Parts: sequence; C-alpha cells; structure tokens
Amino acid sequence: MIFAPELLASPTPIFLATLAVSLWLAGTLLVPVLARRPVWLIRSAFSLATLGSALAAVGGAWAVAAAGNEAIVLPIGIPELPFHLRLDPLAGFFLVVIGAMGFFTSIYSLGYVRGIAERRPVGGLVLFFLLFLAGMGLVVLADDAFLFLVAWEGMTVSSYFLVVFEHEQTANQKAGFLYLLMAHVGAITILLAFGVMAAFATGLTSFEGYAFDAMRRADIAPGWATAAFLLALFGFGLKAGIVPLHVWLPEAHPVAPSNVSALMSGVMIKMAIYGIIRVTFDLLAAIPWWWGALVLALGLVSALMGVLYALMQHDLKRLLAYHSVENIGIILIGIGLGMTFHAFDLPELAALGLIAGLYHTLNHALFKGLLFLGAGAVQHATHTREMEALGGLIHRMPWTAALFLVGCISISALPPFNGFVSEWLTYQAFLLSPSLPSTLLNILVPIGAAGLALTSALAAACFVKAFGITFLGQPRSRHAQNVSEVGITMRIGMAGLALACLLLGILPATLIDWLDVIPRQFVGAGIAESASSHGWLWLTPIAPERASYSGTIVFLGIGAIIGLTWFALHGRRHRAPRRGPAWDCGFEKMTPRMQYTATSFSMPIRVFFGALFKIRERSSPMHVHRHAAFPERVSYSLHVDDRFWGWIYKPVSDAAFWIARLTTRIQGGRIQVYLIYSFLTILVLLIFGR
Amino acid sequence: MSPVFLAQVVDLLSALVLLLGFGLLAQRRIYALLHLFAWQGLFLAANTAIVAYGAGVRHLYFSALLTLVMKVALIPYILHVLIQRMKIERDVETMVNVPLTLLIGIALVVLSYNVMSPIQEFSTLMTRSTLAIALATVMLGLLMMITRRHAVAQVIGFLAMENGLFFAATSATYGMPMVVELGVALDILIAALIFGVFFFQIRTTFESLDLSKMARLKEDVGE
Repeated sequence: MIFAPELLASPTPIFLATLAVSLWLAGTLLVPVLARRPVWLIRSAFSLATLGSALAAVGGAWAVAAAGNEAIVLPIGIPELPFHLRLDPLAGFFLVVIGAMGFFTSIYSLGYVRGIAERRPVGGLVLFFLLFLAGMGLVVLADDAFLFLVAWEGMTVSSYFLVVFEHEQTANQKAGFLYLLMAHVGAITILLAFGVMAAFATGLTSFEGYAFDAMRRADIAPGWATAAFLLALFGFGLKAGIVPLHVWLPEAHPVAPSNVSALMSGVMIKMAIYGIIRVTFDLLAAIPWWWGALVLALGLVSALMGVLYALMQHDLKRLLAYHSVENIGIILIGIGLGMTFHAFDLPELAALGLIAGLYHTLNHALFKGLLFLGAGAVQHATHTREMEALGGLIHRMPWTAALFLVGCISISALPPFNGFVSEWLTYQAFLLSPSLPSTLLNILVPIGAAGLALTSALAAACFVKAFGITFLGQPRSRHAQNVSEVGITMRIGMAGLALACLLLGILPATLIDWLDVIPRQFVGAGIAESASSHGWLWLTPIAPERASYSGTIVFLGIGAIIGLTWFALHGRRHRAPRRGPAWDCGFEKMTPRMQYTATSFSMPIRVFFGALFKIRERSSPMHVHRHAAFPERVSYSLHVDDRFWGWIYKPVSDAAFWIARLTTRIQGGRIQVYLIYSFLTILVLLIFGR
Repeated sequence: MSPVFLAQVVDLLSALVLLLGFGLLAQRRIYALLHLFAWQGLFLAANTAIVAYGAGVRHLYFSALLTLVMKVALIPYILHVLIQRMKIERDVETMVNVPLTLLIGIALVVLSYNVMSPIQEFSTLMTRSTLAIALATVMLGLLMMITRRHAVAQVIGFLAMENGLFFAATSATYGMPMVVELGVALDILIAALIFGVFFFQIRTTFESLDLSKMARLKEDVGE
C-alpha cells in the first residue's frame, strides 16, 4: 500500500521514514545469512544502517521543513487494532536526531565492530543494533499507544541485549538486570498513562481510544489529566534518567559497546524527552503551571546532581553517562520553562523555552555521541576506560584527541560550538521569567538560573579533567603506551559529528528558522521572526536590543586569534622548535605518578559538596620504617557512591524482600498443599462467584 | 436412531466416565490406575463420537479419534513404558482414608450439579445434562492430585482433569475449535514426555517417586 511505485518517483517524508525503518529491519536478515563471515556482515549491515539513517534524517528534516503532517495506517498487528503512523514536525525533528546519530555511529561502527569481531562473535551486536534503531524510529512515528509501546519495548529490550553484550562480566549482568527492571517499571506507568487518556477518549469498553488522535480530542478531567501526566513523567523520566530515577543509567551506558553507548546516551534517552513533549503539549494540551514548575525543578536537580556525580567518576564512560543525566536536566529546564510560560499564556516565551530544549536535545545527541565515540576509540586503542591508567594520548592519537576536544568544548557550552547556543537560549528564557504573573515563580526562577550557571561551570571543570587526564600529560600505565590511532571509518564518524557540532554552533538562526514550526504547532507562536530578524548571521531570540549572538563572528574571531598566534610563533622563524623534557624544578626524578590524577583533580569539589555524596575514603601507611612519617607505601582507597541508592532504592528493595519473605510462610514444600490452595480457590469461586 | 435414545446413551457414557473418576480416586495399584485411565479415555471418545453423530458436528469425529489415539493408546503406552523402565510396577501407595476421599468426591459431584443447574436450564444442547458430570470429573481429578503422593498417580490425576476439561468443552459447546483441540492434544503429548523426564529426575534426586520427599526443596529462610 505505502510502497506503491509512484511513491518511488515522488517520495513523501513519511515514505522515506518508513523505508528507513524497513531498511533497518531488513538488515537483521543479513545476520543469519552472513553469520560465518563477520567481516562481510559488518560491512553490509552497517552500510545498510548508514543508508537507512540517512533516509530517516532526510525524511525527518523534510517533514519539519515542510511542516508536513502525514499519517498512514498499516493493517498489521492484532486484528482490529491496526498500526497508526504519523510524521509531524515534532516526530520529524526526533527522526533527524535518530537519523543523524545513526548515520555517524554506523559509519564509526564499520571500524569499531571489526575490532570487537577479533575477540568474539558479533552477530548479536549487529542484530540488536539494527533493531534498536528501528525501535527508536517507530517510537517517534507511532501515532497510537499500542504501536508506541511495542516500539518502546522493542527499543528497551534490544538495548538491554546490547548492554549485556559482553555477558560474561558480572558488572554487565548487574547493570543489564537493573536496566531491564527499571525500564519495565517505567513502561508500566507509561502504559497506565495512556490507559487513562484512552479511557477518557472513548470509555473503557472500546479500543478506539488507543489512537493518539482520539486522545487529542478527549476531554480529560483535570485530576485525571494530572494523574496521566505524573505517570507519564515517571515512566519517561525513568528512561531519561531524571534524578532520582537515574541510577540505572551510569551502570548500563558505560558497559555497552561504545557505539551503542553513543546511541543510548545520544538518542535513546531523547525518546523519553519526545514522550514527555508528546504527552504534555500534544495529547493532554491543557497544562497547569505547576507541571512546568515540576519539570523545571526536576531538570535543575538532575543537571546539578548529574554534573556533581560526573566529577567524581574516573571511568571515562561512566563520567559521560552522568553527564547525560546533567544534559537531560538542561533539556528539561528548557521544556519546563516552555510549559510554565505556556500555562500563563505567553506563547512567544513558551516557544523560546521549547526551542531551547529541542535545540539542546539535538546538540546533546551530537556532542555526547561524539564523546562516547571518542571514549570508544580510546577504549579500542588502550583496552581500558579507567582514566587513572591513561594519559598522554594526544601524541599517539591526535585525531581522536582533537575530535574529543571538540566534544568537550561543545558540552562545556563554550562558543563557537553548539552547546553554547542552546544553553544561552535557556538562559534567555530564564531571564525573561520576570514577566510571569506568579510571585512564587519569580522568586524561584532566578535561583534556577543560578543553578544552571553553576552546572555549566562544573561541567567545564569536569571536561577539563576528562580531557586533561586522558589525553594530556604522561602515560599513567602501560595501557596508554604503544597505542596507535584508530581506523579511518571511526575517525570519519567522529569528524562528521564534530563538524555538525560546529555548524550548529555557527548557524543557529538558520536552525531556529527550521525548528520554528514545532512551537507553532503546540503553543501557537514561534520565535523565528524575531530570532533571525537580522539575517542568518545574528541570533536575536526576542529582540536585538535585549540579546544577540553571532556564532559565525565568534568563530571567525577565534580562528583569527589562533591564526595570528600561530603566525607569531611559527611564521617568521625558520628553524624547527626544540623539543625537550618538561621542566622539573631540578628534581630530575619526575615520574608519571607525580601528575594530577582524576581523583586529585576533583578533590576540592568533593570536599566542598561532600554532603551530597556517600564517601568512603581510607588512607593508611604501609611498611612503616622507624617513624610514621616515612612510610614506604601508602594505600589509599576512595569510594564515592550515589546517595540516592541508599535513600530511595535500598528501602524499596528491602521492602520487596520483606514482602517476599512473608509469602514464604505459605510455602510448605508439599505439592498437595499447593494443590489444595488451587482447589479451595476454585471451590470458593464456584460457590460464591455465581 | 432417535435423539432421545442418543441422549440416553450419552448420559450412560457420562455416568461411566464419572464412575471411572471415582475408581481413579480409590485405586492403589499403579497398573490398575493406568487401565482405569485408558477406560475413561475410551468412554470419552465414544461419548464424543455419539455427540458428533447426534448433533451432526463433523469435526467432533476428529476429536473423538484424537482422544482415542492420544488418551487410550499413546499416553497410557508412554506411561506404561515409563513404569516398566523405572521398575515401579510393584509400588502400592499408602493412602489415608479412602472412604473419606470418596465422600468428599460425592460432595463435589453434588456441588457440581448445584453449580451447573442454571446453565442446564438455558442450554438446548443434547449434552446439557452431562455438563455437571464434566465439571465433577475435573474436580475429582484435582482431588486425586491432592490425595496422592506418588508422582505417577499425580500425573494420571492431571490427565484425568484434562479429560474432564475436554468433556466439558464437548458438553457445553460441542467441542472447542479444531485448532485449539489440536493444540491441547499436542500439549498433553508433550506434557507426558516431560513428565517422563521429571520422573527420572525426581527418582535420581530423591531415590523415590514419593512427592512428600520434595518438601526438602523448601527454601530455608532462617528467620
């Protein structure tokens, strides 16, 4: 039906999108066919994934640009319950996120998975990678609760198998179990949220209400709307990794293969953002102001706690995973502000908040993807993620180092890269909050702005640490010696993302022009007219006299300064610079152990914010000769743990065990007794259930 | 043959099925249990075939044939082979209080009739009077599973329960759809094979097929 020949001649966005999903799904068929030829499998499957991702990105971008709103009904699935698909601008935007990340990650995987294939069979990795992409694609295309949940669970389960890909490791098993458990709890609450909305759409006797269209038209009582919102926020918040629902994220993301970590951190948790926007702005539509305030508060807490915990990590990928918590927080701040403004009927400001959130969604996908791919390259080359064992990689892996640095600058929100633009837009939204007609919010919002500022500063500190410890200085162990640069496909994948980060940083007005249709759809106003009133060069979100920024000019300025400096240093001098050992103050016995370590770098912050962490620090001298002041060795151990584990999860798991132990009382161990339980149940039902 | 006569035959056969249900409840010897079970299956198959003839439902012939093959021939044969291989033909179960068990069984039959009476009033099928017997057969099978300690007897109780369910389907709606019936038949066959494996496992683990020994499996909580 949808693959009619005339569509091939003049395709529509949704045709491209469904074709992309079909390509991803078709790629899974290659796995059994080429099971014995891993090299060919990797080449063909990831080429197909690249092609599908490109189609998805083009289809999505087109849908946003054309403000399209196409829907199709696929008569598959359960009889009488067909699958509804729709590609509106919001879905199109998230399809671009999936497609862009899928594109670069698939290119990267061509080289990266080859490295894994030398150690172990990769059929499962390829299979679930493709299913994962297809699941995410269908999540945004779904226009009914049924397909949405099928796709959502498909995405969850395939990512679970990717997390436990190296299943012989205990850490992976534990992380996988925790992830699966929490994801299922989340899926249940999402299901309940849809159930509430569907019940108001057509009542409990019909299945017609499962289509999103019916939910949009439904007239939901405010109390129940709040229930649906809170259930959805909990379910999506679990997936997004909002503090305090984040505990699975720093366990699961690092242990997956790095190309998968990039997709999970860059794209999958964005699906939860998509879900929150879809449910609040689209399906429920009527938003009380405190929903926005709640999202804003959760966003702030996530951002701050995420970055603080990230600073305590010395596993490179775990650090990045905690930064995902932080950035989800920043995205939610934008969206929460948008919801609040929308509730007070300030459409332009709501549009600004929403755009800030969406822009940061795209940005975070790109730079977090880049960073995870970079971390994957480091792991690929050194076989470790432990930052304390790395160092000095900039000499051995210059490409990876440079591209990783681009990611670090972007995530630290420094111009001219993209992270700056979206965080700057978020600040603009914050600064406009005095126009809110609520005194309470007027007092709270500046605190939020200050919190965001603190977050950005801490994030920058964290990436100084991440980059500095990993790439600068001297190798801290033999892992970091004798390494070589990664292959060309891995570098292309990372370079493409780095370039995208730069382009989004220097052409923000163009991007906002493109994005503007989404707030127009949901809050009835856009910011494109004012944002690009001075052409593509200047970004002026509300009015030029209030605030303006030109990424291009900043970029040219920075480029000019670097060029001049380079010229001043190297331009006129003809002899090569002399290389010598670093100045050691005359000590002459410098060893790599005298460098800053990841732990020591973050020590001031650990001390300052100590109350927020559960710190177990132990330092004891060993082999003391003559006097305690001359120990031969000192053993030092430091464990910084998540407080939320003890505050929230421990009591829940203890309660579960307690209840389980109560039920063991009816476990007598005799089959006959168990049968009597069933027998009596049947008798009671027969007698009293008539 | 007149419908009234056919209904009478159906009633007679149902009564025999029920009687065999009681027989299963009271019989102690393993081989005799097996034979009783096969007889129950035979009467069930005959009953189904007569219902098929009387009601003109073509696919019930097939069900009857299936019952004949599965429950009269194949499963008793499998169990027979198992019993021989495991050399348990001499086992005689010690049962507590057979008369009491039978009394409970009678109470269950009365209850079944009581429960089913509203349905029987509304039903127009020729099998309506047998519905209560079908339910009673299910309940007797369950009761048998409760009172027995020997694994083989348990399995036969389970299969007798399945007989009752099949019977209920025939009496209530002239049988389930063919697909469902085929699926159930396959399940039963597979179950019989799996039971065989379990018998061997239980025997090697506990050196006996007495299920009361399995109480040792209980998790020791250690409060």
